[in-house]
Amino acid sequence: MSSHVDPSAPLQGEPTKNTQRKLKKEMRTQLVSFVLMIFITSMAFLSIASDAIPSGFAIPFILLLAAIQVTLQLYFFMHMNEKGTAWVNIMIWSGLFIAVLTVAALMLLIGVVKY
Amino acid sequence: MSYEKAQSKNVIWDWLTTVDHKKIGIMYLAGGAFFFALGGLEAILMRIQLMFPEFSFVQAQTFNELLTMHGTTMIFLAAMPLLFGFMNFIIPLQIGARDVAFPFLNALGFWLFLFGGLLLNVSWFVGGAPDAGWTAYVPLSSESPGHGLDYYVLGLQVGGLGTLIGGINFLVTIINMRAPGMSMMRMPLFTWSSFVASMLILFAFPALTIGLLLLMLERLFGGTFFAVDFGGNVIIWQHLFWIFGHPEVYILILPAFGIFSEILPTFAKKRLFGYSAMVFATLIIGFLGFMVWAHHMFTVGMGPVANAIFAVATMAIAVPTGIKIFNWLLTLWGGRIQFTTANLFALGFIPSFVMGGVTGVMLATSAANYQFHDTYFVVAHFHYVIIGGVVLGLFGGAFYWWPKMFGYRLNETLGKWFFWLFLTGFHLTFFVQHFLGLMGMQRRVASYLGGQGLESMNFISTMGAFLMTIAFILFLINIFVSTNNKENAADPWDGRTLEWTTPSPVPEYNFAQTPLVRDLDAYWYEKYEGDGKMKAAEPLGDIHMPNGTILPVLISLGLIIASFGFIYMVIPLIIAGLGVTFGSMFVRSIKEDHGYHIPVEEIKRDKEEG
Repeated sequence: MSSHVDPSAPLQGEPTKNTQRKLKKEMRTQLVSFVLMIFITSMAFLSIASDAIPSGFAIPFILLLAAIQVTLQLYFFMHMNEKGTAWVNIMIWSGLFIAVLTVAALMLLIGVVKY
Repeated sequence: MSYEKAQSKNVIWDWLTTVDHKKIGIMYLAGGAFFFALGGLEAILMRIQLMFPEFSFVQAQTFNELLTMHGTTMIFLAAMPLLFGFMNFIIPLQIGARDVAFPFLNALGFWLFLFGGLLLNVSWFVGGAPDAGWTAYVPLSSESPGHGLDYYVLGLQVGGLGTLIGGINFLVTIINMRAPGMSMMRMPLFTWSSFVASMLILFAFPALTIGLLLLMLERLFGGTFFAVDFGGNVIIWQHLFWIFGHPEVYILILPAFGIFSEILPTFAKKRLFGYSAMVFATLIIGFLGFMVWAHHMFTVGMGPVANAIFAVATMAIAVPTGIKIFNWLLTLWGGRIQFTTANLFALGFIPSFVMGGVTGVMLATSAANYQFHDTYFVVAHFHYVIIGGVVLGLFGGAFYWWPKMFGYRLNETLGKWFFWLFLTGFHLTFFVQHFLGLMGMQRRVASYLGGQGLESMNFISTMGAFLMTIAFILFLINIFVSTNNKENAADPWDGRTLEWTTPSPVPEYNFAQTPLVRDLDAYWYEKYEGDGKMKAAEPLGDIHMPNGTILPVLISLGLIIASFGFIYMVIPLIIAGLGVTFGSMFVRSIKEDHGYHIPVEEIKRDKEEG
């Protein structure tokens, strides 16, 4: 084991069979989620662009789509589904939890309705 | 840069450019101590003013400025940097690392704090300090004339950036840089509580940043977020401030809890009672800290349901805190207790802090809070938790870790005088304030009328403040007269954790070989189950070190220049300042900086000498 390897140096040789299979699978996941993202985005656009859908339905619908899309992006595009991301998961979800709870409570507290 | 080149520097340049976590820790301590003395001076001036009824020692306007700057300085510029000093110095040593994860960011965080603090204090000399209380409630703060509040907004924004950077740095360090064998549940409790405090910093400081940004836009650019006649809402500031402000008090107290959890087992010669319960309680306190902010606002008129929810959530915090108190007591139980100065601070902390906790539960009772709100009862409460908790922790930690940090032991006799004078002065100052508050004395008043039964207790309170000042001067004297106590500085207390395995003063690479951790209280385990030395987890070899750099100073300096530009609306100054900051960042980004290696011969020579 040489002591000082440059971690950013380009890799030598061909990837193994196993790695090739993994890369292929990864490519497929990326493509599928990409198509899914386009689909979700166009659904969101359509629900606003079309006059047939009332905004009382469209707004919560878009928020739901946004939540789904953020989660998918975090896990598939930002690789939070991979091994060794436990701490990233913990920190992001606890941060989101606190942010959502705080913002929701704040909206109730300074809202028009007093409880 | 080669090893030889890295060594040949003059002293001032060395400290300005250092990225060594130990030197940055010491600079945090020095900066924090300076601001602590400054905040203490402001407190003394206020106490002199309140010594007699209708006394005219300082004017009401000056009094407002003193009380604002006392609170702001003590929280942001004294308590937090002092804790950051210990965290910087001790965490890498406790987890067996050679430095923090991002040494450059570490230096940047320190310089941002220092320049932010200095900027805030420049306001004294240019037409008056901020005068709206450390909470800076709008519309008082948004309408305050002069530039005092502008200094508050920009000084805290710059300093807060430094704190956020520091917090993220500690998180990454603790997650990624633990020595082999040091699992999360083998980490010393100071590291654990600093870890949770850093999480709180990460999640709480953005709220302050947003609040300060809104206030800055309001004051400097005529924003209307808080202007009711334009559809704004003044209550938003209070919420944003306390969403940050309540976690902030746990950011302060949790590392102090950690310090006590190091001191008590060491001087009771027992391992910490209920380690996993302590970790769990720390996490629960951190979590609940975000759920209770509105208990500072019971009298705002949020309605009975909201008040009740926040009251119950607040009282719930007493449960994990109680777990901690009982665990400390049971750590002492049956132990061979040594009454060193550090341990005296820990022992004095327990009853003092419990008193602050009890008044905390009283304040959490939202119905009764209508009586307590904005009286001296509140002042007494938070000084009991902050002095009785944080400050005693800082002094205890100073006596405990001083030999490791500076290579000499503080004088114990002087230390005990200091402890007893300080503890007496502290209780004398603040115990009577509970009753002043219950008798109706308002907090933040610049004076009071005679003949209402407030005179004698105010006088006693001021005498206590003098006693604390004398005690603190004794501590400063102790620092200078003890410099010859150099023997037995490496492990003077028969320590349990990894920092005591290093020589004092600690070499810049910390550990010649990364230690192998085999149990909780790793060093204690090796002392009693092994041969008294840490097993090495790697062969002796060259050690890679980061280069020092002046860029953190320049980045911070640029922000300060830009801040002056914003305060006085001088556009060229803003452009020049931001130019320096972003220019330095650009240089940092494109300049290759691989650091240097300490040759193995050098390390071997150190080992033979030590």
